Amino acid sequence: MSEEKEYAKPLPEFRPETKPYWEACKRHEFVLPRSKVTNEFFFYPRALSPGEDMSEDIEWAKASGKGKVWTFAIHHMGPTKAYKGEPPYVVALVEMEEGVKMMTNIVECDPKDVYIGMDVEVLFDDVTPDVTLPKFKPVKK
Amino acid sequence: MAWQYRDGVDLIQLENSSVLPMLRGVFLKSLYHNCFLYLLTETTNFFCSTLSILSSYTNVEDQFQFRLAPGRKKEVKKVMKKVSVIGIGKTRYGVFKEKSLLDLAVEAGKKAMEDAGIAPEDIDAFYLGNFAGSDFVNQNHLAPYIGSPLGLRPDVPCTHIENACASGGSSVREGILAIGSGNANKVLVIGVEKMNTVPTPKVTEFLAKAGDWENEVKVGYTFPSTFAMMARRHMHQYGTTREHLAAVTVKNHENGLKNPYAHMQKSVTMEKVLEDKRVVADPLRLYDCSLITDGASAVILSEKSFSETFSRKPVDVIGFGQANDSFALYQKQDLTRFDATVEAAKSAFIMADIKPDDVDVSEVHDCFTIAEIIAIEDLGFVPKGEGGPATLDGVTSLDGRFPVNPSGGLKAKGHPVGATGVDQIVEITLQLRGEAGKRQVNDAEIGLTHNIGGSGATCVVHILARG
Repeated sequence: MSEEKEYAKPLPEFRPETKPYWEACKRHEFVLPRSKVTNEFFFYPRALSPGEDMSEDIEWAKASGKGKVWTFAIHHMGPTKAYKGEPPYVVALVEMEEGVKMMTNIVECDPKDVYIGMDVEVLFDDVTPDVTLPKFKPVKK
Repeated sequence: MAWQYRDGVDLIQLENSSVLPMLRGVFLKSLYHNCFLYLLTETTNFFCSTLSILSSYTNVEDQFQFRLAPGRKKEVKKVMKKVSVIGIGKTRYGVFKEKSLLDLAVEAGKKAMEDAGIAPEDIDAFYLGNFAGSDFVNQNHLAPYIGSPLGLRPDVPCTHIENACASGGSSVREGILAIGSGNANKVLVIGVEKMNTVPTPKVTEFLAKAGDWENEVKVGYTFPSTFAMMARRHMHQYGTTREHLAAVTVKNHENGLKNPYAHMQKSVTMEKVLEDKRVVADPLRLYDCSLITDGASAVILSEKSFSETFSRKPVDVIGFGQANDSFALYQKQDLTRFDATVEAAKSAFIMADIKPDDVDVSEVHDCFTIAEIIAIEDLGFVPKGEGGPATLDGVTSLDGRFPVNPSGGLKAKGHPVGATGVDQIVEITLQLRGEAGKRQVNDAEIGLTHNIGGSGATCVVHILARG
């Protein structure tokens, strides 16, 4: 319980369309939603797939969890008090092998070493007993 | 241009058309209707002539349409009354602990009505631009909250528009449309934000609500992140440097010094900006960020009149556009441009029938230095990727080819979020009237405003011309 209290940063809500994603993260599995009509991955998870089809026919597919840093910012100021002591931290857009981009953090490396095009892979951060956030770390060569 | 229609009662504006195709259209339209009589008498000849008339009528019909970019399926017929800015007013921009949001808004509104030489009873509609009054001052339902103490008539609709940092620009646009549609003759538009009520981290948190809260904010994202990530892509793709960003800061601080209403009244050297170590979200530092400002700005819009005289020389609205783009950063294909700017500018330029080259002065949305560099590229003042070097070369300085942000911009004048889009109209009106004092751009005849909201998910562009 004390751990839960300590984590004061914003947490995701579990809704019908996002629940499978967060449950998979909790199992340390990386999945992405895919339209069964076009067979294309999309992100963020939502009730209707994007594009002209706007279909409810969505499946959750195991994804590689690998991608490249598309761009990033090194934060020296956090958005809320909960980030006190944390900066510098890296907020990045990672382009996944599946073609979608996601906003995430690059961890387990010095912010100074991050660069555009860097190969990264997912890791799971169990921030509370209920919530696990996907973050990314450099791929060891 | 104008065209008398319906016994001269209504003045219909057909933007971007010329008289000749319109007259031709009317002529052919009557011919088209008469064709049926023709059919009874000259059946054989009719077949050929109808085909030719119908085809030319279709062509003329095309010319009636607002000429949009090729490839768009549905064309919009834009028929509206012409609109002028007849009054402007604003508070000083800065940190005002002693003034409430209401005080600021009422002061700006009152000054604008005085400037126009009209009374509160003359106002037919009121639009308010405000982003986060509910967060900063715990007050919602802001439009009547401000409209009532201003003494507006009870039959006047008061409407609040929230489009993040583009709330002001969108409010002006709604005001123009209210007049254009014939629903109002005089419209009051006020933009206001009272931001210095909470500590900076809280301000950052409130502003971050203009981003995708669920998918972006939870990773520690802030608004500086957005522009830092855009800056990093711009540097990566076009070789933009920290010196280029600093050139925006130096220029806008210099201009702000010439604006007695600006928040920041201090010039800064290139060396000082480059040496400053206060990193916000690398590559952006403190000198790249706009200010947390309290302030309000107001304009009075009126149907363009050929008979009524105003206390000030009117400035005409000759074009406008508003566009949208993917909401969140991770949905965008290219972070070195704002698609909404490109689209909004395209609509505005087509409506005004001018090219970027014709713009004499502009106020663009420099919430961060990189945003000004991207804006001048998106608006077509300089080629893509050359915004940084152009700024360093003085292209956007007061005496440059494209003077940008003579007011000091959001960077030095300040950025009371909901007021910004309205204030850009105030500054351009001053410039076109020739009343901008030390920061006056010589012989400015055409001016442009560019106001973006969120991570560029909204953009509003207005083009004004000396009346």
